[in-house]
Amino acid sequence: MSYQWNWSIFSSPVPTGETTYLGWMLSGLQTTVTLSLCAWVMALALGSLMGVLRTVPNKWLSGLAAAYVEVFRNIPLLVQLFIWYFVLPELLPFGLGDAFKQQLNPLTQQFLSAMVCLGFFTSARVCEQVRAGINSLPRGQKNAGLALGFTLPQTYRHVLLPMAFRLVVPPLTSEFLNIFKNSAVCSTIGLLELAAQGRQLVDYTAQPYESFIAVTLLYVLINVVVMSLMRVVETKTRVPGYMGSK
Amino acid sequence: MNYDFDWSSIPGALPFLWDGMKISLEITVTAVIFGIVWGTLLAMLRLSPVKPLAWFAAGYVNLFRSIPLVMVLLWFFLIVPQLLRSFFNLDPNTDVRLTSAMIGFALFESAYYSEIIRAGIQSVPKGQVAAASALGMSYSQAMRLVVLPQAFRNMVPLLLTQAIVLFQDTSLVYMSALADFFGAAYKVGDRDGRLVELLLFAGAVYFVLCFTLSQVVRRLQKRMATV
Repeated sequence: MSYQWNWSIFSSPVPTGETTYLGWMLSGLQTTVTLSLCAWVMALALGSLMGVLRTVPNKWLSGLAAAYVEVFRNIPLLVQLFIWYFVLPELLPFGLGDAFKQQLNPLTQQFLSAMVCLGFFTSARVCEQVRAGINSLPRGQKNAGLALGFTLPQTYRHVLLPMAFRLVVPPLTSEFLNIFKNSAVCSTIGLLELAAQGRQLVDYTAQPYESFIAVTLLYVLINVVVMSLMRVVETKTRVPGYMGSK
Repeated sequence: MNYDFDWSSIPGALPFLWDGMKISLEITVTAVIFGIVWGTLLAMLRLSPVKPLAWFAAGYVNLFRSIPLVMVLLWFFLIVPQLLRSFFNLDPNTDVRLTSAMIGFALFESAYYSEIIRAGIQSVPKGQVAAASALGMSYSQAMRLVVLPQAFRNMVPLLLTQAIVLFQDTSLVYMSALADFFGAAYKVGDRDGRLVELLLFAGAVYFVLCFTLSQVVRRLQKRMATV
């Protein structure tokens, strides 16, 4: 094979001249990280809400949350993304869809669709973890809370959730890692995140190996950083007396 | 809501969509079979007392689990076709996209399968291995005849759930312009200017298939748990 390796490609300027190819990579990295963090905040908030709803003693509310989870878990992420990006703006009422298509710049449209898509997709998974956390608590905790005169929301707020959230930190870590990996799917709607920048580099420089190796390493780096951060969080939030605590 | 739905392009496109579904299923089945076989080997390597083998397996699994599937597929769509062509002296026009997609999915999923299988093997009590060697079985006999059959029994629901996830992930071969089910739906929608209907239809089909399968798995899990 006669492949010409050329690692200096990263320091050469892009055709438009305002940055280097390395600059493209870094801006892709930045988009990936921003997108994933925004989507994660959304997923945690929605997922916790739905997770609580799944455990409340009301058939309708828990049924609704269960349906929510099934919908987001049984449709491929790519299909969901296309539905958010191509279908939803057509169906939004009161000219909202037209406003979305005409007044926002395309980059904002892509980012918003990607964020909402990843947020909802991940929230279904967070919901299942939160539910598992709440259900793993001894039943006596809820009864004790109610017996002390707490209302149901107070029992959740002061007794069940503080404990459940500490228990689900390890499984949530893996969902947090997944959101970074899943964000790569958003390159399919033209969002210029890390994977898309990698592809763009191949198109412009015809140096596929360097570009893909760099992108792959950057993903591994994200993974390592997130994992070390979460290990600190896991140690801090560990509940004494449970498996996994020392 | 002022969108006029027009579903009329779907009935005529059904044969084309079915061809796409066959490609999706083909990739899923190949990747599941290969993933389980290679995943079992990886799990056994990872648990083996020979350190370099265990390191290799751990490195493989951790690498594939830390990069996005999209990235793996990009490698396999841009680079592996060239390698395949130069290795087997294929005509440059041979379509190797399906083969590369299958290899990519199989290698990627085997990392996930290997973790499931490793957990399954570790869930078998140690006394079983001790008993097998007390009966004079070699390590490979003990694995093959005693540990793995029990481990797989425990793992069946998880392996099937992973297969459902894999089936959903095959939609990503859309990136290579290979007409799998989703790719076919997108093409028809694009051609007829009916993207909204076709995307919703594709979503509905995936939902019905995956939801039904996951309910079957859930029932299976309950039945096996009582044994």
